[in-house]
This record gives sequence, structure tokens and C-alpha cells, in this order.
Amino acid sequence: MNMLAVIKSNSLVIGALTAAVTATAALSAPAQAWEPTKPVTFIVPAGTGGGADQMARFIQGVIAKNNLMAQPLVVVNKGGGAGAEGFLEVKKGKGEPHTLVITLSNVFTTPLGTGIPFNWTELTPVSMLALDQFVLWVNASSPYKTAAEYIEAVKAGDEKTFKMGGTGSKQEDQIITVALQRTTTPKHFTYLPYQGGGAVATQLVGGHITSSVNNPIEAVSHWKAGTLRPLCIFDAERSAYTQKITADMAWSDIPTCKESGVDVQYQMLRGIFTSPEATPEQVAYYVDLFAKVMATDDWKGFMQNGAFNQKTMSGDDFRSWLTATEDTHRTLMSEAGFLAKKATN
Amino acid sequence: MHEHEPASDATVVSVRAMDIATALALMALAIIVMLECVEIGFGWSEAEGPQAGFFPFIVCAALAFASLINALQAALFPTEDQHGDFVSIPGLGRVALVVAPLAAYIFAIGYVGIYVASALFIAIFMMAFGKIPLVKSLAVGVGVPLALFFMFERWFLVPLPKGPLEAMLGY
Amino acid sequence: MIAGSRGNGGACVEEISSLMQGFAVALTPFNLLLMAIGITLGVIIGVLPGLGGANGVAILLPLTFSMSPTSAIIMLSCIYWGALFGGAITSVLFNIPGEPWSVATTFDGHPMARQGRADEALVAAFTSSFVGAFVAVLMITFMAPIVARFALQFGPAEFFAVFFLTFASFIGMSKGSPFKVIAAMCLGFALGAVGLDKMTGTLRLTFGHDELLSGFDFLIAVIGLFGIGEILTSIEDGLKFQGAHAKMRLSSVLTTWRKLLPYWATSIRSCLVGCWMGITPGGATPASFMAYGLAKRFSPNGKNFGKGEIEGVIAPETAAHAAGTSALLPMITLGIPGSPTAAVLLGGLMIWGLQPGPMLFVEQKEFVWGLIASMYLGNIAGLIIVLTCVPLFASILRIPFAIIAPVILVVCAIGAYTVHNSMFDVWMMLVFGIIGYIFNKLEYPLAPLVLAIVLGDKAEEGFRQALLSSQGDLSIFFSNWLVGSIMGLGIVLLTWPLISGLFAMLTRRNATKLADSGAAGE
Repeated sequence: MNMLAVIKSNSLVIGALTAAVTATAALSAPAQAWEPTKPVTFIVPAGTGGGADQMARFIQGVIAKNNLMAQPLVVVNKGGGAGAEGFLEVKKGKGEPHTLVITLSNVFTTPLGTGIPFNWTELTPVSMLALDQFVLWVNASSPYKTAAEYIEAVKAGDEKTFKMGGTGSKQEDQIITVALQRTTTPKHFTYLPYQGGGAVATQLVGGHITSSVNNPIEAVSHWKAGTLRPLCIFDAERSAYTQKITADMAWSDIPTCKESGVDVQYQMLRGIFTSPEATPEQVAYYVDLFAKVMATDDWKGFMQNGAFNQKTMSGDDFRSWLTATEDTHRTLMSEAGFLAKKATN
Repeated sequence: MHEHEPASDATVVSVRAMDIATALALMALAIIVMLECVEIGFGWSEAEGPQAGFFPFIVCAALAFASLINALQAALFPTEDQHGDFVSIPGLGRVALVVAPLAAYIFAIGYVGIYVASALFIAIFMMAFGKIPLVKSLAVGVGVPLALFFMFERWFLVPLPKGPLEAMLGY
Repeated sequence: MIAGSRGNGGACVEEISSLMQGFAVALTPFNLLLMAIGITLGVIIGVLPGLGGANGVAILLPLTFSMSPTSAIIMLSCIYWGALFGGAITSVLFNIPGEPWSVATTFDGHPMARQGRADEALVAAFTSSFVGAFVAVLMITFMAPIVARFALQFGPAEFFAVFFLTFASFIGMSKGSPFKVIAAMCLGFALGAVGLDKMTGTLRLTFGHDELLSGFDFLIAVIGLFGIGEILTSIEDGLKFQGAHAKMRLSSVLTTWRKLLPYWATSIRSCLVGCWMGITPGGATPASFMAYGLAKRFSPNGKNFGKGEIEGVIAPETAAHAAGTSALLPMITLGIPGSPTAAVLLGGLMIWGLQPGPMLFVEQKEFVWGLIASMYLGNIAGLIIVLTCVPLFASILRIPFAIIAPVILVVCAIGAYTVHNSMFDVWMMLVFGIIGYIFNKLEYPLAPLVLAIVLGDKAEEGFRQALLSSQGDLSIFFSNWLVGSIMGLGIVLLTWPLISGLFAMLTRRNATKLADSGAAGE
């Protein structure tokens, strides 16, 4: 039970911080002391086609379309070792300001789970762009209409007959699954790791797994097509998007998991970091750049399409949020037994 | 790798000896990997199914077994072909004359950058092997890296390792 | 043209009228110009091992914002077609496959080039690519909904069965010691296993080295084993590429086409394999290997495969392109990209506010049919462009070895470096080159090694996912008709040498006759 408490306190931290911080991006208005002098490499510590990759390529498009930067932005996928390849590359490039990296939760989970010598404090945080939501999905032809019904079915069924599909191993999807299992005691899910969120959603449509915790953007098309059904959203509040997605439902109509009696919350960071030892001027440039990106209509449409939680922050607030969230992950992962057995150095 | 083994008689090394050496090397590799697999676990785990070492352990067991047979075959029942030479002495010389400059080239990339190293490598290779005149060698040696530079750095925006010369020119 | 070939029923009428509207959208002079630009860039990307589709999009993306989504996606997808065509060029000329699906093309394409038949090999490769892609587009046009449903049938057990079938159809066909085949393949599996184990999220076989985190990339192994190994082997015999007397005639297109006609059965079989593998989505790489393996097995000239048999170029190229093209179908309908380049296209769709997935066909009809129409036009334009360049490509072989060899080595080094931006990989390329040279001489087959590096981790993943899902019960691999029949087919192919051996023993006289007539036909 104390795991749930931790998750809840985590989202409290998020809530408390955001209220104070949303306007931080505006602080960097003064004249630019630094500008990129050559193409900026935008590293995606994940494979092609996933949520982080889509967002990075979208940002690339927005920056190019609106001429927000004199130099081009080049997206590079470095997903080896659950993103370790990408993070180590940025870490290596000390004092090289022409490198950005977009993170997902693996900025915390990869070092904790594999023991590779890397910590987010070794990079320079720039901005939090948004928080990505997680939704509990089942196949639309399954009998479960609410999260409570589904959890009851898992409890009543045979051990491990319910299959939860997710992206990667010992990462966010599996962390949520382990948290969910606290409500299905004594029964467990069989957790099946796949390469990407798109594959997970398709496997759910095909009936090879019984549920998933896909991000909204990965499953929305199947929801529209009437093949998947959302049960609940792993956030403290319902989504703010009220535009109808299907004939009768909007994102805001999906109940929170807590409402449905399944008290689990989790959201994933979509943030930007740059190389170690970047100067304050360089960080200010990028903070300002992403503030401009987030002000575009394209970005707002993208946020709505993926039902993102539009929390943004930068500077010290972002740092303290990162510190708190890393602690949360350490606790979650150590309770789930996901911490690396031996640290490799 | 093994080309530099001492010559027993007139030949450098026989196919049979190379066969045995390669099989033994593969066997050693397989055993190292199997030991590592034992360390990370190669059985069934309740939560994760087959563990991380499960698959490599099986393939390396097969590799060790196949290599053992290959080694025994070459040692005990060599075929007609296996008594032949693995490589002729002039042939080995020519191979070494490519491997050595290539290694030097890769070594140099780290210090002078890929473009300067490529220019030198191409020009020297052309002069040494093709007996191609200096001017023509230099032209190709400078032209190709220059074309690659524009292709990778300017058009396709793929950064390659650069050295002091590029830094002087502002890249 | 389309209406004529498929005009037998009311079911197709709607597709045809939609397609005609699509042609109307795609067939503007501006879009044709974009196609030519896209194809040319794609060919360059396919030729240089250090460049991928992502780089092509990086430079074109800013240009596309002034266009309609349809024009933009036409240009971007033409990069995809161009890269598919371009992959064959280096495979044939230098034994260096730029993309995984071109590996099987080297087996017979490069020997043909060494015999001075580079132009013939290239024409065969390009034409087969076109045929494969064209058949796949026809399938997308008329069967998209059925095919998309079929793709949903594939769970972990089915994926494993597909990879098993690929290995089964390919193994046992190499000549020489079966134990060397096993050793080479297991070495490939072991190399492919290095890095993060995706199923458990733990690092394995890295021995504490950060360089090994992301494992051994296919491209580095292939550049080394095939490219560098080939140069070392040819330099041992003297300082030249065999094949310097390559012809440079455009008329070879027609003569080669005439030679291709008798192989229509191989072509159809390869199209089927390719379409099937593209949809499932097993991908273009297993498709090319499987088609090559099947062609070798069923061809009367099977024993000449690997020595420059034109059928050995037709089979993998047809299948790879049928697969590469039909892989766009799951991307459009399900939102799963089959390759990094497809992922970039997917990213392109998102930027224009088009959400890939089952609703795209319904909500963005004009766009989807414009895209499908551009698949027809892009492939035709691509074929014309690459065919006219055949004499140019073939003439590269006339450049003296002392000039072309260092240039190839430099391009290889750049290609190896760009995979992970790491010098370690360049050194690994050299090591793989020496291994390739030694293995070549000792008759360890390289193809199973490469196949295992490319597909090993996916096969392992499917196997372990399936076992995890069945709680360790192996019967999951025979639990329904689909997986059962694929596995059954795999087992038949695996034991084929035994079966055909028995068969040959019974009908020895006939078999010798067949082989003789095959050799005489050369």
C-alpha cells in the first residue's frame, strides 16, 4: 500500500510546483547572448515511431516551418540500451551546446534498471514540455466497461491469465503494471514487453493481450475506429480536452483511475536537456526557443491530439521536480525489484 | 589476426591449421559467453519467463559443440583441400599492405579528423599501389573528401569526426 | 490499365474510381518534378552506407511546408522508393549491401559483376524491384481492408514462426560442412544478443564496456564481412577488381529483360513471399532471404546459385520490394512503421496533422488515394531513372582498382562511424573485415551469420514473449491453424535436405538429367 502513497505524493508535488511555475519560460526574454552556430543535433533516446520520436520530429517540423532557429535541427535516434546510448552521448559532449536530448521516463528508469553510469544531474535541464498521460485500455469486444470491473475480473481469474502488454521492460509501462497489481492481490498480470507503443496497441486490437497502458496518442486512432476501449486515466484529474473523439466520448469523459476505485497515478516526463556545462546564456536560448514552439497553434493541436497534460516548467523548479520524481522512481523500482543487481562502471 | 603465425615449412600456414585455430577461438568465445550467461541467469524466472542468458547460452552451447566437431574434423580427418596453403606469401604481403594502412587510417581519424585522414589515405594508397602520378593522386585525394564533406556536413547534416584543420576553418 | 487487369466485378469499382481521383491529384507537373527529386535523393541515400532516410527528410522538411500534404508525402515517399532501388547498386558492384534487405542480392549479383555482367545484374535487380513493388501496390489498392485484418492475427508465437520459417528456408542449402553453417549462425546469434536484453531490461554480454551497450549493428558487420572482406580477398589475388571489362550499353536493358521472362514463376513466388512478409510485418529482410532460399531450392539451376545466377538476383529483389512496399500498409492502417524510413514518413504524416491508424482511410480519403497513386507513379519514375543510369553505375567498375579501393574503404569507414557516431564501430568494421576474409577462405558461410545478426534478436523476442504468454507451454507454437501451418512449413523446409536426399536417391537418374540440362542451359 505504501507504494500507492508514494505515487500520490508524487502527483501532489507535481501539482504544487506547476501552479507556481507555468510562466517561467517568459523570464528569458532579455536579449540573446548566444545563438547556435551550426546544426543542432536533437537526440531521441528511443527507437523510431515511439512517442518521444514523434514529438521530436514534430518539434523539428514546427521549428523549421516557423523559422524559429537560424540553424537546422537534426533528429537522431539513439535508442540502444533502453536509451543509454543517447544519454551517454550527451553526457560525453561536455561543453558542446549544439546537442539537445528529449527524455521520457527512461532518464530515470534506464540508469536505475541497468546500472549504467549516468544520472540526469549530469546533463543540463532545459524545459519540461508536457506530461504524457497513461490510459488503461482493453479490447472493445471484451466485456469490461469500467476499471473496477476489469480489476475484479483479474482478481477472480486464474493467476497470470490476464496479459498486460507494454513498451520495454522495467520502464514506465511495467512500473504502472506493478502498481496496478497492488489492487489485484493476490493475482498477477503476465507482463509482455514489446518494442513500441504502436505495436502494443495493435496487439491489443488483435486480442493477443488483454489490456495495455498505452499513451493516448498511441491508441487514439484505434479508439476512434471502435476497436479499443479506454477504462481510466492514470492522473489525479480528468483530462482537460472536451472535444469529442468518438461519437459520444471525449478525453474528458474518461474517468480517473482513482474515481474508478483503482488508486494508481503516473505520468511521464516529456522534457528537454542539453549537454553538461552549458552556460546560462545557452540554456536561456533553448528555454526561449521551446517557449516559442509551445506558443504555436501546431503545438496546441499536437497537445490536444495526444491529450497531453500541458504542464511546463524550467530552471530551478524543473530541477526540483526532477529530483522529486527521480526519488519516486527509485522507490517504485526498488519495491518492484527492478533495481540493477550490480552497478557496472 | 592469425596470418602472422610462424611458418612451419615453405608455406605460411595450412588451411587445416587455420581451421583448427579458428574452431578453437570460436570455442573459447562460446565458453566465455556461456560463463557470462550463467552469471546473469539462463533459466526460467516466474515474472520474466526465460531469463536474459537463456538464449545466448543455448546458441553458444551449439557454437561450442559445432566448433569442437570442426576442430576434430580438421585435426583427424583432413580433406584434400585442407592440406593446401591458407595464403601464399606474396598474397599475405598484399593483404597486410591493405590492413596496415587501413588501421593507420582509422587511428589517424581520431587525431586529424576523417576528412584529412581520408585525403592522405586515398592519395598515398593510389601512389603506393597504383603507381599513379602525384598530381592525379592528390586531385582524387582532395576531391573525394571534399565531395563527402559537402554531402555529409552541408547537405545531409551528418556530423563526422573533425580535426584541427576543420576547426581552423570554423567547423 | 488497372481497370483492364482487374475489371471483373463490382467490388473493385469503388477502389478504381478512388484511385483515378488519386492519379488526378498526383499527376501534376509539379508533383512529377518532386518525384524525380525524391527518387534521385533516395538513390544517393541508398548508395552511401552512412546516410538513411532520416537524413533525406532533414533537408527536405523545410521545403515541404509550402506544399500540400499530398505533394509533400509524394516527395518523401519517393525518397523511400529511391533508397530501395539504390540499395542494390553497391551490393552488385562492390559486395556492400547498404541496407539489410540487399544482403541476399550480393550472393549472385556481385559474382555477376565480377564476370563482367554488372549491367545485366543491375537491370535484373531494378526490374525485379519494380515488379515486386508494383504487385504490392496492386494488393494495397484492392485488398487493403482484408490485409489489415490479417496483420492483426499475428501475435508473438506467429512472429517467431515467421522467423523460424526464414531460417529454415535458408539453412541447409549451403554447401560444405553443416557444422560450419551452425557455427557461423550461432556466432551471429551471439553477436546479436550483445547489449540490452529487451525482454528483461538487463544488460548482457557487455562485460562492462559502454561501447557494447547498443550491441553490434548489422551495418558494421556487413560492411566489414562483405565489403572489407571482399577487398582483402580480391587484393590477395592481385590489385584489381575482376569485372573491369564491364559493358556500358543501354541496349543491355532489352536483352536482359528477355532473359528475365522465363523466370516468371520465381517472380510470382517471390511476390507472394514479399507481400506476405511485408504485411505480417516480418519485413523486407526476411522476405529477401526466404525468397532466395526458396528459389535456390526449387530452381533446376539451384546448384549454380552463388556463382552469378540471374535468378538469384530476381528472387530477393522482387521479394524485398514487395515487402518494403506492402509494409506501408500496416503503417497507414495500423500506425506501425516497418522500417526507420517508414517511421520518418509516419513523422511526416503527423506534421500535417494526419494521424496514421485505422481511421486514415476514412477521414483522409483524398490523401490516402493520392499516396497510393504516387506509389504507382513513383515506382515507374524510379525505374526509368535508375535504368537510364545503369551504364553510369556499371562504368564505375572501369575505374582502376588503386583508385576505387581506397575510396570504398573511406566510404565504408564513414558508414560504420555514422551508425552510432563511434570510432569503436570503425575498428569493429576492420575486425569484421579480417574475420570475413578468414571465414571466406575456410568456407564458413557468411550469409547465415548476417541473417542471425539481423533477425536473431527479433526471433528471440518472439520466442520468449510467446513462452511468457503461455507460461512456458511450448504447444503455443501449434495452438492455431496460422502458427501451426507456418511452423509445419518451417519444419518441412528444415528437413528438406533429408527429404530431397531421399527423393534424389530414389530417382537418381532423373535428377542427374535435370542438373545436366540446367548446366547446359547456361
